[in-house]
Amino acid sequence: MPDKADPQTLLEIRDLVLEATSYPPGEPPKTVTLVHGVSLAVEKGKVLGLIGESGAGKSTIGLSSMAYGRGGVRITGGQIIVNGRDILKIGAGGLRKLRGKEVTYVAQSAAASFNPAKPLMEQVIETTLASGQMTRAAAEARAVDLFRQLGLPNPETIGKRFPHQVSGGQLQRVMTAMALCPKPDLVIFDEPTTALDVTTQIDVLAAIKRAIHETGVAALYITHDLAVVAQVADDIMVLRHGRMVEYGSVQQVIEAPREDYTRALVSVRSIDHAEKPEAPPLLRIQNVTARYKGTAFDVLKNVSVDLPPGQTLAVVGESGSGKSTLARVITGLLPASQGRITFDGRDLSADLAGRSRDDLRELQMIYQMADVAMNPRQTVETIIGRPLEFYFGLKGAEKRKRVQELLDQIEMGKGFADRYPAELSGGQKQRVCIARALAAKPKLIICDEVTSALDPLVADGILKLLLDLQAREGVAYLFITHDLATVRAIADRIAVMFKGQVQRYGAKSDVLAPPFDAYTDLLLSSVPEMKLGWLEQVLETRRMESAGN
Amino acid sequence: MAHPILKLVAQRVALGLLLLLAASVLIFIGTQILPGDVAQAILGQSATPETLANLRAELGLNEPVVSRYFSWLFGVLHGDLGTALSNGQPIAPALGARLANTLFLASCAAVIAVPLAVLLGLVSVRYRNRWPDKLISAVTLATISVPEFLLGYIVIFFLAVQYRLLPSLSTVYDGMTLGERLYAIGLPVIVLVLAVLGHMMRMTRAAILNVMQSAYVETAELKGLRPFTIIARHAFPNAIAPVVNVVMINLAYLVVGVVVVEVVFVYPGMGQYLVDHVSKRDVPVVQACGLVFAGVYIGLNLIADIVSILANPRLRHPK
Repeated sequence: MPDKADPQTLLEIRDLVLEATSYPPGEPPKTVTLVHGVSLAVEKGKVLGLIGESGAGKSTIGLSSMAYGRGGVRITGGQIIVNGRDILKIGAGGLRKLRGKEVTYVAQSAAASFNPAKPLMEQVIETTLASGQMTRAAAEARAVDLFRQLGLPNPETIGKRFPHQVSGGQLQRVMTAMALCPKPDLVIFDEPTTALDVTTQIDVLAAIKRAIHETGVAALYITHDLAVVAQVADDIMVLRHGRMVEYGSVQQVIEAPREDYTRALVSVRSIDHAEKPEAPPLLRIQNVTARYKGTAFDVLKNVSVDLPPGQTLAVVGESGSGKSTLARVITGLLPASQGRITFDGRDLSADLAGRSRDDLRELQMIYQMADVAMNPRQTVETIIGRPLEFYFGLKGAEKRKRVQELLDQIEMGKGFADRYPAELSGGQKQRVCIARALAAKPKLIICDEVTSALDPLVADGILKLLLDLQAREGVAYLFITHDLATVRAIADRIAVMFKGQVQRYGAKSDVLAPPFDAYTDLLLSSVPEMKLGWLEQVLETRRMESAGN
Repeated sequence: MAHPILKLVAQRVALGLLLLLAASVLIFIGTQILPGDVAQAILGQSATPETLANLRAELGLNEPVVSRYFSWLFGVLHGDLGTALSNGQPIAPALGARLANTLFLASCAAVIAVPLAVLLGLVSVRYRNRWPDKLISAVTLATISVPEFLLGYIVIFFLAVQYRLLPSLSTVYDGMTLGERLYAIGLPVIVLVLAVLGHMMRMTRAAILNVMQSAYVETAELKGLRPFTIIARHAFPNAIAPVVNVVMINLAYLVVGVVVVEVVFVYPGMGQYLVDHVSKRDVPVVQACGLVFAGVYIGLNLIADIVSILANPRLRHPK
């Protein structure tokens, strides 16, 4: 670990303790310790990756290097030394000089982090102007240079645009330019690519990496994705529950992890699922075309896919590819303008209003955000009991018994029936949603990005549960996801969607085997691999290919 | 296709006109169902049935309601508000002079109250839950809670009687210089400012506090900007729409709700004019005043709508 006197050390955090006060309803306020004595150091021009699941304290530690506590987080112990001075002792005025100048920040959601009422350039050069570092003309020239360096289209004019006029991936790069503009010594990247599609992520990642190298800035790179951090970091610190688990060079952590927890992170997605043979379909979608009311644009074009009973069809694609729209069409929320949907041998009415109660019962849905898919004022028993009452007329003791059976099935056991959603963890909430869908005894469950909001280890548990239930109950899944690792783990059949059309469709072993069409190739090769130098390799391959053409 | 903003604004203007038409129907019906008889009111209890019948015929009161409404509307659209029953004079010139006085008083109050309210709102947010915020809240709440006539008498007692700074009677007449006019209306302006300040200031504070939760305010904090710069430059522009709506409601109140204040200070504005003629059962004047008030109200809300549309960058700069 770096020495205290080392002039190369830019940021040093010693025994950092962070606390926050929580206000549980009906109880006295409680002080919670979020980070328990973490120490780290970043040298000039180096990148330290902070990695861990949600609640590990990685963002909180990142923000503390600007002496900032989000939502009432307090720094209660330790020292934070930037450029040789303890920033906890420099006062509000000193912090204003530090923030946005010496240390800058790139947030996860650039879309929310830009002021919607101001053009981009105004925001990018704001601190550079405020500190009197440069004239407006010089600052704008520097911003345009950075836009170009980060590979943004129309670098001269993009600054005149407003945040809503620019795509998510571009906005993330503009935010990186904003962080680099005042020539900082340290940039905090807080999950800068997490909200992006894989094909966009790889470009942004490459742009960030290049910018870090060319400007020689040091960085803290925060992410939950070990494969991503392996591409940009020099050192990695693994965090869990606010404590350090492992701290070492990238090579050591990825290739020879010392701790069990790190090993689990390195090897997630251990599920092995044998593909089932082809069979006559339960759900058949033929030439479905759909558009949203009041638009002149088909979001789905001629989509045809089949799903045999008891199997899983994974629908993969980027945001805007129409995969969630397909779910809306199947459930009847958005009636198809053309095409035919057959389910269990009968035609399904395109419109929800034309469907029988059995149609509704046999086709259930689970959503990405388990939080908002449940009424926060109902207990787990009421939530799961509702379909039992609605479809089967169960009441009283009979209903309670069935709820308990379902809870056992999702491995939640006793004591959960009386809880409210707020008293459950993210994974438990998603389990309750699964139980609610199962309660209707469906033949098909549409799973819309059900594991995207969960940490990898928790998501793994949910996938295992879903596979288990499929084996026992014979239920089919239409599994919508953007995550190819999930697809590999659970699918029998795969449909790759792009711009409202099915680009590639078939059994898993066929879809994931070459030769690929151009889009599927791009999609598959963009998924980060837990391997040093993967990013350079992919970019090099792509450059060679485009040069060859 | 035209710019989406033009379309939205045209839509709002058309809706505003429709609303004004509906208001004119309501005003007309409302004055028809008032108890009492205009002819009786003019001629008094001693009138004979013949004279009453003659006067009714003369005033056109025997015509069906619908045709009377349309002849009234036709006149209004041509700038003829009819003649006052009480003195037989045309209404438009008298009402015009009164309206000018009221608008003068209202705009003087607005010019002080609106910037002051927004500034106090910004300061409250800057020092939220600290003593400047609490002081501002307490004072504005107190002034909004005291009835206006009482506020009027309090400022008369202190500023006119005790210290003789301003006149207690706001008499204005033709030929006064601007300075003399401003001096004359000093007290009612103070009362009106105090009456509308609290509402606007609290709305500004609430709207900005709402925006202060956004991720882009955190971005601004992490840029090391000064707290007041963050509030004024990053939060306020995104809080304009709700603030403008409350400002306009209060401006409308300054025009249509000043009756009591005008009476207290004997100021010759719309309010006094209306009160006088209601007590005389002068239906055409009441109708004309009602229509003008409705027009002011709808017009100001229309402006609020348009400003809110213009304040939205997504509409101003479409993709």
